Amino acid sequence: MAAVSGLVRRPLREVSGLLKRRFHWTAPTALQVTVRDAINQGMDEELERDEKVFLLGEEVAQYDGAYKVSRGLWKKYGDKRIIDTPISEMGFAGIAVGAAMAGLRPICEFMTFNFSMQAIDQVINSAAKTYYMSGGLQPVPIVFRGPNGASAGVAAQHSQCFAAWYGHCPGLKVVSPWNSEDAKGLIKSAIRDNNPVVVLENELMYGVPFEFPPEAQSKDFLIPIGKAKIERQGTHITVVSHSRPVGHCLEAAAVLSKEGVECEVINMRTIRPMDMETIEASVMKTNHLVTVEGGWPQFGVGAEICARIMEGPAFNFLDAPAVRVTGADVPMPYAKILEDNSIPQVKDIIFAIKKTLNI
Amino acid sequence: MRKMLAAVSRVLSGASQKPRHGFAMLPSLVSISRLKQSSHLGLPKCWDCSHSLKTRQASRVLVASRNFANDATFEIKKCDLHRLEEGPPVTTVLTREDGLKYYRMMQTVRRMELKADQLYKQKIIRGFCHLCDGQEACCVGLEAGINPTDHLITAYRAHGFTFTRGLSVREILAELTGRKGGCAKGKGGSMHMYAKNFYGGNGIVGAQVPLGAGIALACKYNGKDEVCLTLYGDGAANQGQIFEAYNMAALWKLPCIFICENNRYGMGTSVERAAASTDYYKRGDFIPGLRVDGMDILCVREATRFAAAYCRSGKGPILMELQTYRYHGHSMSDPGVSYRTREEIQEVRSKSDPIMLLKDRMVNSNLASVEELKEIDVEVRKEIEDAAQFATADPEPPLEELGYHIYSSDPPFEVRGANQWIKFKSVS
Repeated sequence: MAAVSGLVRRPLREVSGLLKRRFHWTAPTALQVTVRDAINQGMDEELERDEKVFLLGEEVAQYDGAYKVSRGLWKKYGDKRIIDTPISEMGFAGIAVGAAMAGLRPICEFMTFNFSMQAIDQVINSAAKTYYMSGGLQPVPIVFRGPNGASAGVAAQHSQCFAAWYGHCPGLKVVSPWNSEDAKGLIKSAIRDNNPVVVLENELMYGVPFEFPPEAQSKDFLIPIGKAKIERQGTHITVVSHSRPVGHCLEAAAVLSKEGVECEVINMRTIRPMDMETIEASVMKTNHLVTVEGGWPQFGVGAEICARIMEGPAFNFLDAPAVRVTGADVPMPYAKILEDNSIPQVKDIIFAIKKTLNI
Repeated sequence: MRKMLAAVSRVLSGASQKPRHGFAMLPSLVSISRLKQSSHLGLPKCWDCSHSLKTRQASRVLVASRNFANDATFEIKKCDLHRLEEGPPVTTVLTREDGLKYYRMMQTVRRMELKADQLYKQKIIRGFCHLCDGQEACCVGLEAGINPTDHLITAYRAHGFTFTRGLSVREILAELTGRKGGCAKGKGGSMHMYAKNFYGGNGIVGAQVPLGAGIALACKYNGKDEVCLTLYGDGAANQGQIFEAYNMAALWKLPCIFICENNRYGMGTSVERAAASTDYYKRGDFIPGLRVDGMDILCVREATRFAAAYCRSGKGPILMELQTYRYHGHSMSDPGVSYRTREEIQEVRSKSDPIMLLKDRMVNSNLASVEELKEIDVEVRKEIEDAAQFATADPEPPLEELGYHIYSSDPPFEVRGANQWIKFKSVS
């Protein structure tokens, strides 16, 4: 745990020395895999397993991926399975959806999810709604993936979080991996799922190594979509988060533990369908709730969790109002001091937890 | 006498059972799946209807075959070409059998659309209803030029294509009236009907074009020599994503036939007011194109055969502009006379009606008699009447199924209703 929080504190630039290669021979027990390599492995294994799977997007083939996530795949699988597209999000997202309708299993990469806005009609109207509109006749087994949310210094148009936008729509599944294990298990489940799945990765996490448990090294390692994970057990307060902020929550928990406050940190893993059972069971145990996310506060993931808590059995167990920690309600600024204060920092999480616990 | 005629009909129609429309060369998977669906929906099996129809048809053939020609050759309009050295042939042979099939199909589409008009005015059909009467030569002609294993996708003026791609009038009208016997179980309505190798029915103007290019990508990926017909209107032709699709289809040589159904008006806007260039067959730029008389079913058929052969040879995409006309307004809420004159509509009806054109050709070349075609009219009317009865009487889908079909292949889960206490079960 200390090793993990140490890594999260390090400036998260790409550290090429940490990147490893293939892992299919017997690995040592303490295996470190970056999130990037975990996604790469997951895609590689699924491409190998099923001929109908293919990857398309900008720079995914010959460039090895804008963020090198698809490194080596074009060399291994060739032009037919790994396709470089022109800069035409609406066009190639539509092409990917059409291919899925005709029985293939495309992975459509958006260089960042900001660009998915150009194609959002294809994601929602052509992919998400089709199985329902057709009365169950036409499934759309497609994966949309790419980095989501804030990066570092890329300013307003390249920093938006789309968890709430996609999480809003019935017919879609939306997952948000935090660590390497999440990344590999969820991308594999997403590819095998017969429904449109949006995989919200995080650019700042790509280079971060995590310990890879033995079961994650298997070619059939899957993480079920719709199930959250309790990353850290606790008794005093439930802290729910997704994606990179999970790491910050664990850091905050480590600090607070020294003060005698034990936080239960839940990694949502899936935005839609949301695992309310795990969250409710935890709140019923701890009586306090703080949600943490990178996206904007209005109509966000935290807002949904709070609304559902009020509707369910956990409400009567709350000793204080549920509290949200979110990105600041501004378009992302560029200057470092402004950017740092526009996303939830560890101190903001600690403050919110203490406020909720009234300490 | 009847037994003898039945025996003769079996001999004449050959060993294989023809599907409902008789277009497929092989016992069609479409019909089998439709049959399964039909029995699932509690509908009578369609084989019985078509068989007695065949017997009656065969008896007429037996009696009349001495008097009619087997086929006739017709001249058809030369297509305008873009980046093509040669185009489709300017003459074509129409067999009596095909002629009768096309006539019946076009008449069925015509009557079905007029029945939908009627049901809409009676408020039995609600919401959007975009009718294609006047454009029958397009859907029937396109189908005549391809195989059932090819693929087709279009926009919202889709009832005709839904029929030619294999669904019954019953299922289509019941979907329009929002009943459980509808082809999408009442969940989709006018713009969201699907069948095997038919991908709707799409409500967002232009979005279906990249989808069609994607289906073509799957055709190429699977290596089975199939093509995808990707249709859009003159209004949609100005959508940016269509040009994105043109670029990728040409770049990757996808077997995609882009088809612009130009009926001169995008809702209330004439082509002159919407497009800097109304030569839609040239708008693909680097993609070869042809402009086709969309009111002449034989012209459409030949052009489609030509385009399909082009795509199948691996040369990449091709573009077809079908010049056609819709009698109705854009949809049932548009009378269709504020942006065009009644005289114009009347002129097209009297000079270029696709059904009339085929009928005249067949009668004048002794491929069929006026009485025979009138009989087909009567049969079609009855079929439509029966379908409308069903579509009106069939119950709406059960409320319990409101949450069904959110996800495919998933275990059941709960879907929230209008408030937190209302829950619907969702089954895949």
